[in-house]
Amino acid sequence: MKSISVNNLSKSFINGKETVEAVKPLSFEIDKAELFGFIGPDGAGKTTLLRMLTTLIIADTGTATVDGLDVVNDYKEIRKRVGYMPGKFSLYQDLSVQENLEFFATIFQTTVKENYHLIKDIYDQLAPFSDRPAGKLSGGMKQKLALCCALIHKPTVLFLDEPTTGVDAVSRKEFWEMLKRLKEQGITILVSTPYMDEASLCDRVALMQDGKFLRIDPPSQIIKNYSKKLLAVKGKEMFPLLQHLKQIDGIEMAYPFGEYHHVVLQNDATSIDQLKSKLQSTQELEIKPATPDIEDCFIYAMQNN
Amino acid sequence: MQKAEENTQYAITAKNLTKAFGEFIAVDHISFNIKQGEIFGFLGANGAGKTTAMRMLCGLSKPTSGEATVAGFDVSSNPESIKKNIGYMSQKFSLYEDLTVMENIRFYAGIYGLSDKDIKEKSAHLLQHLHLDHEKNKLVGSLPLGWKQKLSFSIALIHEPKIVFLDEPTGGVDPLTRREFWEMIYEASQRGTTLFVTTHYMDEAEYCHRVSIMVDGSIAALGTPAELKKQYEAESMNDVFLHLARQATRQAD
Amino acid sequence: MKEQFLAFVKKEWFHIWRDKKTLFILFGLPIVQILIFGFALTNEIKNSRIAVVDQSKDETSQRLIDRIASSRYFDIEEFLKNGDEADGAFKRGKVKLVLIIPENFGSSLKHTNHGAIQVLADASDPNTASTLTSYMQAIVGDFQSDLNEGKKLPYSIVPEVRMLYNPQLKGAYNFVPGVMAMVLMLICTLMTSIAIVKEKETGTMEVLLVSPLKPILVIFAKSTPYLFLSFINIASILLLSVFVLGLPIAGSLMLLIALSLLFSVACLSLGMLISTITDSQQTAMLISLMGLFLPTLMLSGFMFPIENMPLPLKIISNVVPAKWYYFIVKSVMIKGVGLKIIWKEALVLTLMTIIFLGLSIKNYKVRLALK
Repeated sequence: MKSISVNNLSKSFINGKETVEAVKPLSFEIDKAELFGFIGPDGAGKTTLLRMLTTLIIADTGTATVDGLDVVNDYKEIRKRVGYMPGKFSLYQDLSVQENLEFFATIFQTTVKENYHLIKDIYDQLAPFSDRPAGKLSGGMKQKLALCCALIHKPTVLFLDEPTTGVDAVSRKEFWEMLKRLKEQGITILVSTPYMDEASLCDRVALMQDGKFLRIDPPSQIIKNYSKKLLAVKGKEMFPLLQHLKQIDGIEMAYPFGEYHHVVLQNDATSIDQLKSKLQSTQELEIKPATPDIEDCFIYAMQNN
Repeated sequence: MQKAEENTQYAITAKNLTKAFGEFIAVDHISFNIKQGEIFGFLGANGAGKTTAMRMLCGLSKPTSGEATVAGFDVSSNPESIKKNIGYMSQKFSLYEDLTVMENIRFYAGIYGLSDKDIKEKSAHLLQHLHLDHEKNKLVGSLPLGWKQKLSFSIALIHEPKIVFLDEPTGGVDPLTRREFWEMIYEASQRGTTLFVTTHYMDEAEYCHRVSIMVDGSIAALGTPAELKKQYEAESMNDVFLHLARQATRQAD
Repeated sequence: MKEQFLAFVKKEWFHIWRDKKTLFILFGLPIVQILIFGFALTNEIKNSRIAVVDQSKDETSQRLIDRIASSRYFDIEEFLKNGDEADGAFKRGKVKLVLIIPENFGSSLKHTNHGAIQVLADASDPNTASTLTSYMQAIVGDFQSDLNEGKKLPYSIVPEVRMLYNPQLKGAYNFVPGVMAMVLMLICTLMTSIAIVKEKETGTMEVLLVSPLKPILVIFAKSTPYLFLSFINIASILLLSVFVLGLPIAGSLMLLIALSLLFSVACLSLGMLISTITDSQQTAMLISLMGLFLPTLMLSGFMFPIENMPLPLKIISNVVPAKWYYFIVKSVMIKGVGLKIIWKEALVLTLMTIIFLGLSIKNYKVRLALK
């Protein structure tokens, strides 16, 4: 049995006079113990999709099951089984770390002790602050506590809505390492994120934009499917170089990418030397072939959407 | 204007700038000079003291010790003059969602005392530049996030400030719009505006002319991205950042 | 089920207990209100300025006037020629009370053993007016028993008391029931009305929704600490009014407390109802303050007598829970009546509670409201 199964699920909202299609009809399945990422910017529909799966809102069309249970009819049963961490920090700021954890354990009709093995790794880092009000923790610590609270009843499926947004790079890395260990315990994990670089940490990802999936595949497969020739260009004056690149025939796209500019060629036949001659640059240039990463794939898919 | 002549070559200077809250030293003797037209990346983990430092530079909070000048004005003695000469944009606070695009522009331009004629000219130019002509009577709340952020940045520039502070301006924005946003930053820099930027996206650190990384209230590294990568033998700014931020001992936010 | 409930109550209690400022208001407010009203009542009773109209001008009337002048309660500010001047004296604000001794007071007393005097009081301040007239009556009573010493046929002096400007004397002694109604309304309705909506705003509601908690449990668990708080407030108001203000509880204390708790529960359910239908703390607060607190103040009979209201307001006043409670407290605490007299009011409050609770459980959304 699939852990999650979604068929033609969609949702629209009315915003003033306009109807906004937050999620356009989507169908997909997620295996048990899969770490699945919804990657996309704000407004792509990630939160709405997760809320439909966590029974918080009802879809306009389509059906979905979690653990084989229908998200509309069996919502009570689903709520007993899943763990959910909303995008907004949603623990009680005036309650201490310990109090928050105990509260959530009790309302899920379990005890901290019973499932301590699940959260031990994470909780060990929080233990020195167990008496501190949750509101006074750092961003990374807050996320760890929220994860503990979402895990305390040993959920079969874990939904995490942008758990790493606003969290610094170090805490983000630690957070993902935790997710990997949880996955090994057999928990299905659905996580949404706006950070493209986190895609490679998932088993499978869906690149989302405007309520649609641009791609849905393992990250390595998405990169493999990138059909264009990609070059990395670097010069001394980067901004004028970018403006220059954009005006050249045969270049489909040019955009900054870390210390280089990435250049997508219209035609695979164009060689580096041809590009160099077209640029006729006065400055010294470094041009080399580049391997695309998820962000290149996303940009390309977005542009050709 | 007393200090203006001393530091004309620098848009921002900080010398041993310190802020303590009781025992806790949030910002610990930081020093740097930022040239006019420079894009300065101000990085640090959560709780490293970035926000506190930025507040002092914007004239919102008085330093405990040390000095800093922004646009030639001293942050302790002349915060009001600083506020007139800087622009500020943050991901959290940007525009009024229940006002239209045009109403937002008028409001912010009005705050900085632009004349009606100026407002008309500038807003026409701004709308055209952002391709928002047809949306000018739409509520800001109904625009996609990327557009909001670009509009917000343009409005922060409307009174032609010498310096603009950008606090995580691109959080949650799609990769394409994020790059368009950076192109706007480059353009502003070429016109001579100094840009002071914080971000969690490490690839954006590469776009800055120079980058500082704060750890536990102090500046642990400062230099061009290339220099820093060389110094820490790292492949990317992400590795430099992780290397430095892991040394942090401080926990609080 | 039980553990969930207790854990939830505990959590709510932490929220209340850790918000010291609000806690201080919750406990301080009733005490301050009682004391303010109490001192307004007990202060101004010494050396109140009065005017006298002596139309009798005989020995007995002079002795009465001397007696009054020598008391520590009254200072005679001026003598007026006749009763018509009294209005002017009141309006100038010079005096609080006018004593009128009619012609032939002394001779009438001697020949018929019966004398009448008139006491006019400015009842625009009802508390002071009622205190002053009762002092005046006491002095006249003393005077009468002095005269009667050794007499076979006793003299009787009948003071005819007239309250000017507020003849029904609404308000005097009645502030304790009024304050109780107000305070309970404020604590139970206002505080609970923000309780659920606060979780919606902070986002914790999302997590609670995706949990096995039942709506009814959330609503009851959230109300429980406030019910406890209102019990403490009922106790402190009653203690203050008995021991500081000297206002005895005429009826059954148990009945009073039981019905006060009933009113608290009604207010709590109303607060919950507000909380379930609003989606920001601001709206919830506005609704409780403008929509409930003001009507409580205006339409419960505490400030203005309901009998004098136009018919539409009279009808509206029936849906104000405080109206019924105010009547209950007045009856039990001051008049000393039992459940036999007030069972109708108690029943109305019970029905209101059931309706509010039913509606709030019905309105508690098991999913997120669409925005």
